[in-house]
Amino acid sequence: MPRVTVAKAARETSFYGAVAFFFILAAFPFYWMVITSFKTNSDLYNVTNIPFWFNDPPTLEHFRYLFEKTLFATWLLNSLIIGLCVVVITLVTALPAAYSLARLTGRTGETLGIGIFFTYLVPPTLLFLPLSRVIAGLGLQNSMWSLVLIYPTFTIPFCTWLLMGFFKAMPPEIEEAAIVDGCSLFGAFFKMAIPLSLPGILTVVIFTFTLTLQEFVYALTFISSSDQKPITLGVATDLIRGDIFYWGEIMAGALIASIPVAIAYNLFLDRFIAGITGGAVK
Amino acid sequence: MAAVADSVPKAASRFRFILDRRDVLGSIFVAPAILYVLLLVGVPFLMAVYYSVSAYTIYDPTWQFVGLANFAQIVQDSEFRRTLSNTFIFTFGSQFLGLILGKFGALVLLRPFPGRKLVRALIILPWAVPVALATVAWQWMFDSLYSVINWTLIALGFITRSQAPNWLGTPELAMISVIVVNAWRFFPFAIVIFLAGITAVPQDVLDAATVDGAGFWRRNYQIIVPMILPIVAIGLIFGIVFTFTDLSIVFLMTMGGPIGATSVLGYKGFQTGIISGDVSHGAAISLFMLPVLLVVVIFMLRFIRRREI
Repeated sequence: MPRVTVAKAARETSFYGAVAFFFILAAFPFYWMVITSFKTNSDLYNVTNIPFWFNDPPTLEHFRYLFEKTLFATWLLNSLIIGLCVVVITLVTALPAAYSLARLTGRTGETLGIGIFFTYLVPPTLLFLPLSRVIAGLGLQNSMWSLVLIYPTFTIPFCTWLLMGFFKAMPPEIEEAAIVDGCSLFGAFFKMAIPLSLPGILTVVIFTFTLTLQEFVYALTFISSSDQKPITLGVATDLIRGDIFYWGEIMAGALIASIPVAIAYNLFLDRFIAGITGGAVK
Repeated sequence: MAAVADSVPKAASRFRFILDRRDVLGSIFVAPAILYVLLLVGVPFLMAVYYSVSAYTIYDPTWQFVGLANFAQIVQDSEFRRTLSNTFIFTFGSQFLGLILGKFGALVLLRPFPGRKLVRALIILPWAVPVALATVAWQWMFDSLYSVINWTLIALGFITRSQAPNWLGTPELAMISVIVVNAWRFFPFAIVIFLAGITAVPQDVLDAATVDGAGFWRRNYQIIVPMILPIVAIGLIFGIVFTFTDLSIVFLMTMGGPIGATSVLGYKGFQTGIISGDVSHGAAISLFMLPVLLVVVIFMLRFIRRREI
């Protein structure tokens, strides 16, 4: 009997060891972000201090600096504007497209849907050269509106794909009943399909927004004026003066920008996975 | 169905009548999305192909056709060949590491334990948070002087301060660092994919195998792994495509350095085409991603077709 207990204890210990390993691996960089952003500079840049906790009392100086002496608030606003505009463009184009591909166009619809999805896989690093010429030709270089124009190239395919799944999961009988009752085909879409797929639409809104927040390559390529940058680009590239990194400010900015995305992902994760694997799990 | 829609008597305008035709409305509905994608993905893609066989630079924007001269030039460049092999090392190194972490992470999260929800929520973070911001946090952790990793190693007595590694300043260590960061970013996604697959394996299949005498490893590798292979393949495809074409991690952490040790295709294309303004060579470099992407797409198409049969 004792041997069984020992073996069980060993198994439990190694299991919780594994849990601890993954916990630390995933969370430590963020813990590091948090603690760096609240530390005084004299505490940060002293190698004899134990770096894992506060040796001086925590401070808000980095956050104050961020909002008062840098363009952080502007970047935050830029990201918000870009995100909202891209959400609107994406919804207006992806909603009818997804509905059409799921319901109206039959077999060709499926092929087209797969085709649209593949464009999501065309990487920014293949397109940024010609797109930067297009942007320059339109006179949008160095302007955040270039991002409003370009970001839908990946949000539309992604959201069309996600929404197709939602529409396919909805029983068509509801719209058919509406049509029999005298509703036009367009009315059936507008008055029946859209209200019924609100959870799907909400998911798409959240993901479009987070996708625009996460994007980095296009922003880096198109925008060099500080006051036009979205938050990710601003925090990652604009808080460095020459060779000096303002680590406290950088981490504070990264923290503020990360929190909403982290929350959104945790709330909508399951739908995201269902969308990305496109029914590979039956 | 179409008959029902058409037979509804309506004293409506001709426009209304057209809108009630299934195929017409269907085309009108997809048109904006298709147009957007064609104009801003399809056309630029063709432009990229044409740039790569032209002599276009931002200072001299001619469309003069030069054939494969750009490709011939970059292939002869030893720096480019190194970039190409770096890209493969970076991609497969980080995918391999990410998949292993993902598989074991999924096994850990499968078993109920107190606080599992919280651990799961935290484990998603590396993948959810904008990659540029997480990368910057890692850059700070790899700092040459204030690296918390080095501090810990010194405090534990493994090394002395004079031996402390300069993570991003040494060629091999820099490559390991960018691989680790990318694997770290990818592993939550792998966990989620594995979990989605494993929970979809019917319990009765596993029970039947257990009754027939299959142990933990046998159940794991002869039943679960083959059954979840399709979904893992999709996850891996995403991972490969996004890593092979990545620019942000390398750009933020090492700028391709030291001395080109971590230069990858995406970064090299950016440096040549955008920073130096040599659009044609930059486009030619970026196009080297295409064969890998094509293989992935063909693989995926075959997979989708097989699933339908």
